[in-house]
This record gives sequence, structure tokens and C-alpha cells, in this order.
Amino acid sequence: MALRLPIYMDYNATTPVDPRVLEEMLPYFTEKFGNAASKSHAFGWTAEEAVNVGRERVAKLIGAQSATEVVITSGATESDNLAIKGVAEYLQDKGKHIITTTIEHKAVLDTCKRLEKQGWQVTYVPVGKEGLVDPDDIRKAMTDQTVLVSVMLANNEVGTVQPLEEIGKLTSERGILFHTDAVQGLGKVPFDVNATNADLVSISAHKMYGPKGVGALWVRRKPRRVRLVAQMDGGGHERGMRSGTLNVPGVVGLGKAAELAMLEGKDEAARALKMRERLRTLIMDGLDQVFLNGSLDRRLPGNLNLSFAFVEGEAIMMAIKDVAVSSGSACTSASLEPSYVLKAMGVGDELAHSSIRFGIGRFTTDEEVEYVGRLVVEKISGLREMSPLYEMYKEGVDLKSVQWAAH
Amino acid sequence: MAYSDKVIDHYENPRNVGALDKGDDTVGTGLVGAPACGDVMRLQIKVTDEGVIEDAKFKTFGCGSAIASSSLATEWLKGKSLDQAEAIKNTQIVEELNLPPVKIHCSVLAEDAIKSAIEDYRRKQAARRAAREPKAEAGSEPQPAAGVLHDR
Repeated sequence: MALRLPIYMDYNATTPVDPRVLEEMLPYFTEKFGNAASKSHAFGWTAEEAVNVGRERVAKLIGAQSATEVVITSGATESDNLAIKGVAEYLQDKGKHIITTTIEHKAVLDTCKRLEKQGWQVTYVPVGKEGLVDPDDIRKAMTDQTVLVSVMLANNEVGTVQPLEEIGKLTSERGILFHTDAVQGLGKVPFDVNATNADLVSISAHKMYGPKGVGALWVRRKPRRVRLVAQMDGGGHERGMRSGTLNVPGVVGLGKAAELAMLEGKDEAARALKMRERLRTLIMDGLDQVFLNGSLDRRLPGNLNLSFAFVEGEAIMMAIKDVAVSSGSACTSASLEPSYVLKAMGVGDELAHSSIRFGIGRFTTDEEVEYVGRLVVEKISGLREMSPLYEMYKEGVDLKSVQWAAH
Repeated sequence: MAYSDKVIDHYENPRNVGALDKGDDTVGTGLVGAPACGDVMRLQIKVTDEGVIEDAKFKTFGCGSAIASSSLATEWLKGKSLDQAEAIKNTQIVEELNLPPVKIHCSVLAEDAIKSAIEDYRRKQAARRAAREPKAEAGSEPQPAAGVLHDR
């Protein structure tokens, strides 16, 4: 198969809609356009039925009993907000302490920061250098005021898969609610709401080959019923937890994407892992001073996050401009601060500036992996010829001993 | 980040990448920035006895704008006197490369690198003169460098 440029290798950012997903969605834009909340006619019933199939498929993917536990949202950011703010508000008389980690998505971290301003206490549990949370640190952070623990299934930058089963054991023993942002891991690594004792799960369609703008928050009903305060007021949709007319085609797409993830996820993960390892080998065999960020074993199969010492991330992305990847370099963000995830893992600023995230997914081909691997080796070698730091390293200068003038 | 064509041109075809002999008295080296900040520039100039920059080289660790800024700086430096070189302002680099506000620090770094290289050159020249005339009489004119063999 001929190679087509540009190559998409940023599947942790978003994924294309699978054609099979799109096909199921299409009728719900046109002839089946009804409002799922219309109870008085067939247009509404058809839409409601489709939405319920979508919920069931989502529930099945995460091992949940009931489709009614699936609250549809606009995406994982809203799900995270609803889970954390909703539970905090509902349980504020019970306690005002929340535990999370330093490498959560901003949708969790910034939500927690807002609650802090409003009088809640939040403990941000650090991670080790592999990017993993130690469940014992979660345990030690628990107090009799703790009402919620929020830990992601898999990290979006470094792909590390957290020990949720151990954490869920601790929360259920203490009667503390457990929320997980499962967006990055669903369909890629095993996840089950009962095995993990999760109470709330954030889900996004567009990370698993569904459409953008739709997601879900799974809210447990059995054996313990989780309650939360709605953050969007209106018509009382979604059992009062999230008002707003449902995005019916979106929910259909979310459901189909969940079904495909359940049916094909395992094979796809094996395939992605093979490609990821091929890419890692190509790059690491071809270059010195390349460092893997995050655990190799407890990691999403398609995620490869590497730091290329002595070259800067944005310059790398310019050099491989026909390949779509991401960088933890400050130069790629408006804040001019390098990745907080890498920082939390103890990666130095210089290596954080040099990091590139490759995301492999459903439509990545072997040819693309070969091309990207060789291109990266060639271009990094070129950039290093231009790097004063690489020259100093080669001359044996200890870069840490140099008195740099910070600016 | 959408770059101007000039940044892309300098990035893809950088001018004057390389190194000059640090030990040479006619070479001034400026090393500015810090790895932790995401950019380090090394800019070197080789100066004739008449005080004209005859060669300039750079190596840069940094983003595309940082590489382009230093590449442009070396291009501008060649043929200039030290005083002319010293007068180069970062705003001229910003203008020439059409740098967006978030990349202005790259041009500042390039200006710093130029100044630092000139300073290094002048320090070396002063040290050389001092070494040549350890007991210089007060008020004596410094000897012109012309005709001196640079044998170290």
C-alpha cells in the first residue's frame, strides 16, 4: 500500500470516526431526527430506543449491569466536572476532602482547584518516576473527611495504566466514592467497574473512534446508589443528572464505538503494541540518548512518549512535519511551561522540552511505522548536528556542571 | 504554530551551522540560554585585525524560531564591524522573521548571543595585549594587532 502523507500518529489526542460508526449515526441526522425526550409520538420513541441501545453498549463495555446508569454528556471534560463537583456538592455535609493525583487530566485538576477555592480540601497524590500511583499513598491520604478519590485509568501523555483495582479496594473498604477518568484506556486495556469497585466513570466517544462532542458519566446504582447534584439545570433529562436535549446521533455513535471496542479491542491492542514496540526499537536502535517516559509494562499499547536529549520538541515536530505527533515542550503551549505530567514524574525540564508523544491506533499501518521510525532517526541526527548541547555531550562536558544563565 | 516563510526557510536551510576554534584569539564565543528553559544558543564570530567580522557560526538547541533567529544573526554579522554588530537589536530580528509575540524571547536570546560573543572577543584581545605588555607604561597606546602571528 502506498504511503500517504501526512501521517496521523496522535491517537491519544483524538481518533477518526470509524466508518461503521458513522454509518449507524447517519439516519439519526435526517429521517430519524426525533427528540429522545418526546414521549408522545413515534419520532421520539425511535430516538429514545436508539439512545437506549447506545447506553447498553456503553454499559457492556465497562462491565456495568444497567444501561440506566449511563448519563450522557458532551464529553469527558463535562463528565469529570459533573462527577467531582456533583459528588462534592451532594456530600458536603459528610466531608469536604477529595483525593486525586498530580498527573490527572486538567478537567479533573482544574475542577479540584475550583473546589479548593470554595472551601474543599484536595490532596494531590504524587506519582513515581514511572508515572504510577502507589495505592498506599492514596490510603495514607484518606481521612474521615474524604468523600471522593479520583484517579485516571490511563494517562493521556505517558500512557501509564494505574492500579485501579487496588485503589478501588481501599475506597470501598472506607466507604469513599471512587471516580475514574477512563477515557484513554477504554477498549485498549481491560477495565471493569466491578473489578475496580468504581462508582463513577468518565467516558469519551472521540478517543475510541466515535464522534467528538459526546461522552458519558457512568454513575453506579447497585449495590450502593451514588447520588450527585446536577451541574446543568433544565428539563431534568438523564434522571435529573444532566439536563439538555440528547445528541441522538452522537449517542448512537458512542454506542457503536463502544461495541466495536468491546469486540475488537483485544486484537487491536495486540496489533498496536506490536507496532509501538517496532517504532520504539527502530528509534532506540538508531539513536543514542533517547529516554522512554513512563512505565514500559503498565502502559497503553499504542502510546510511546520519548525524550530526545539535546533537541527541542517543537523543532522535532517541524522536522517531521508530515507526521502528526504531540510534544510536552513549552514551546508548543501558550503557557511556556513544559508538561506538568512529565514534571510530576521527576523528568527534568530539559528532557520535558525534548519529549514527543507518538500515538498509534486502529488505522496505523506497518508502512507508516517504518517510515516514521526512519524519519525520526534521520531528522533527530540532523538536529543534533545543530545542537551545541549534543556537541558538548560528545566532548564529555557535564551539562549539569555548566553555569547556565536562566532567562 | 504557523510560521512565516522566512522562519521555515532558515529552519530548513540554516546558514552557518558549525563551530570555530574557541581557543583562537580572533574568535569570540557567546553561549546563552539554558537547557531547562528550552533554548541554548552558541554564536561565534571570527574577527579580522581591522575589527571586521569575517566569519560567523552557530549551533542552537531550541524551537524553530530560535534556530531561525540565530541563523539570521550569523548572516547579518558577516562583514560588519564590531560596533555595527553590537547595534543589532532583537526587534530587527522579530521584524525580519515576522516572529509572533510568544517567540520574541528567541530574538532576545539571539541579541544576547551576539553581545556575548563580541564581549568574549574583546576580553580575549585585552588579555592578549596585557600578556604582551606586562609592564605597560601608564598612558601608552595599545599596540595595533596587525601583523601579529596568532600562534596559540
